Amino acid sequence: MNQILEILEKDARTTPEEIARMLRMTPKAVRAAIAKLEKDGVILKYKTIINKEMVKDEHRDVRALIEVKLTPQKNVGFDHLAERIYQFPEVTSCYLMSGTYDLLVVVEGKDIHTVSSFVSEKLAAMENVRGTVTHFILKKYKEDGDILKQPERSKRPAISL
Amino acid sequence: MPPSGIRVFFDLVLGMKDVISLGVGEPDFITPWNIRERAIYAIEEGHTSYTSNKGLIELRRDISKYLKQRYGLDYDPEEEVLVTVGVSEAFDLSLRALIERGDGVLIPEPSYVSYGPITMLCGGKPIYMRTSPDNGFKVTPKDIAAYCDKNPKLMILNYPNNPTGASYSKKELRAIAAEIVRHDLVMISDEIYCDLTYDFDHTPFATLPGMKERTIYLNGFSKSFAMTGWRIGYACGPANLISGMTKIHQYTMLCASIISQMAAQEALKSGERSVQEMKREYARRREFVVSRLNEIGLTCHRPEGAFYAFPSIRKTGLSSMDFARELLKKEKVAVVPGTAFGSLGEGYLRISYASSYDRLKEAFVRMERFVKSLR
Repeated sequence: MNQILEILEKDARTTPEEIARMLRMTPKAVRAAIAKLEKDGVILKYKTIINKEMVKDEHRDVRALIEVKLTPQKNVGFDHLAERIYQFPEVTSCYLMSGTYDLLVVVEGKDIHTVSSFVSEKLAAMENVRGTVTHFILKKYKEDGDILKQPERSKRPAISL
Repeated sequence: MPPSGIRVFFDLVLGMKDVISLGVGEPDFITPWNIRERAIYAIEEGHTSYTSNKGLIELRRDISKYLKQRYGLDYDPEEEVLVTVGVSEAFDLSLRALIERGDGVLIPEPSYVSYGPITMLCGGKPIYMRTSPDNGFKVTPKDIAAYCDKNPKLMILNYPNNPTGASYSKKELRAIAAEIVRHDLVMISDEIYCDLTYDFDHTPFATLPGMKERTIYLNGFSKSFAMTGWRIGYACGPANLISGMTKIHQYTMLCASIISQMAAQEALKSGERSVQEMKREYARRREFVVSRLNEIGLTCHRPEGAFYAFPSIRKTGLSSMDFARELLKKEKVAVVPGTAFGSLGEGYLRISYASSYDRLKEAFVRMERFVKSLR
C-alpha cells in the first residue's frame, strides 16, 4: 500500500506537513497526492473510531449479523438485490459470501425488537429473499483491527543501552 | 575497569515519573502475538528442559535456511551455528575464544558499550578508531590501515550502528574487507540491526569474497522481531571457531532457554510481515527526528539504519552529561549522553526513535524549548 495511505489509515489527523517530513516530500506534493486519492475514491472519508462498548448510542445499540439466502435474478445476479438491501440506513455492512448463504448483512438498531422487525418486515419480506438467519452480537472485542480496550502502557524501562 | 558514570544518570531517569523517553535501546513494539502464543504453547506442551548446547537443531536449521534464502549465506547448522543468550553472549564468547593476553582489538568509536570492557575482561587491548559525522560515523579503509601499526588481531564492526545509526553499503564493506585481508584480521560483525537498514540493502560481512573464513557473524531476534526480553542471539562462523565458542558456552551458559528458542523458530516462520511494517514505520520516524533535530539547531547527520540519531550539541556549550541531565530535570525528556559510548561520544547525544510518533512530537516540542532557553 501507498505510504501516505498507510500513515493516514493509522491516524487520519496527520497533517500534510507532517507526512511530507516523514516521507521527504514537499507538503504541496503530499496535498496533491491526497487530493488525487480522494478524487479517485481511494480515500472515501475520514472517521473517528469510537469504542461503542463505552458509549450509549440509543439508535445503534444492538447489532446483528444476518445471513440472507437469495434467488439470483436473470442478468443482474445478486447485485441488484444487494443494492436494494444495502440502501437501508439500518444496514452498516453488506457482503456477498461463498458457502451456504449469499449475503451477510450487518444491521444496527436501538434494541432487539427494532432489529427483528427490520429483518422480518423489510428483509425477509423482500421478493427473491428465500430465508434469513439472525445472529445478535453480544460483546465486541476487536473491530476492523482495533482492540476495543485501552492499550496498556509500555512496561519497558525508560532508559537502556 | 572504571565504574560506569552513566549508571548514576540512569538511576535518575528511572526514579522520575512521567518521563518522555528517547533513551531506550529496544523497540517500542511488543513481540508479535503469534510468537508469544507459540511460547505459551511450548510451556503447555511441557517443553521445559535443556536443549543441546548449540541450541535446538531445528532452530539452527531454520537460521541456516533463513540466512541462505535471505543473503545466500551458507552455514552448516550442525557445525557452524551456535544459539546464544542474546548477541551479548555471542559477542562475549567470540572474544573469549579468540583473544590471547595482550591482543589488540580494533573498535570504531563511538561504540556500543560492551565492546571495550569485554575486550579488557578477556585480557585484550581495545584500539579505538575515531569516527566522526564528517564521515557519517563510518570507519574507512584508511583508518584501519592507520591503526594497524598497533598490530591488532581482530576488528569489531557493528552496522547498522548503535549509537550512531551509521551503516555501510556493499561497496564500502568491500573496501574494508580488503584491509582485513591485507592485515590478516578476524572480523566480528555484529549485525543485530540488519533489518533496519533504510537506504540500501543490508550486506552481511561474511558474504563478501574471502570473508566467510575470517568472520564471526552475530545476529539475533531482539531488534527484528521486538524480542529483547527473550534473549536469543546466534553466532555463525568457521567450524573451529564455533566449536571453541561452544566449549565456553557449555560451561558458562549450558544452553539458551528452550521456550525462547521455540518462540524464535516461530519468528522466522511468520514474522516477516511484521518486520517490513516495523521498518517502514521506523524509516518515517527517522525523517521526522533528523529534520526536527536540525531545525532546533542540533546538527545531525542522516543515519542509515537502526533506530538512533546521534546529533551534536557542541553549539550549546554544554557537555553531553550536563545537557542530558538538565533536559531531564527541566523538560522530563530522557536521552543518553554520547559519552556512554566512549570518550569520543562527548559533544553528542543518542536519541532513540523507538517511540510512538505522538510521543516523539511532544518530546521535540520540549527539546526545542530547552535549547532555546540555553541561548
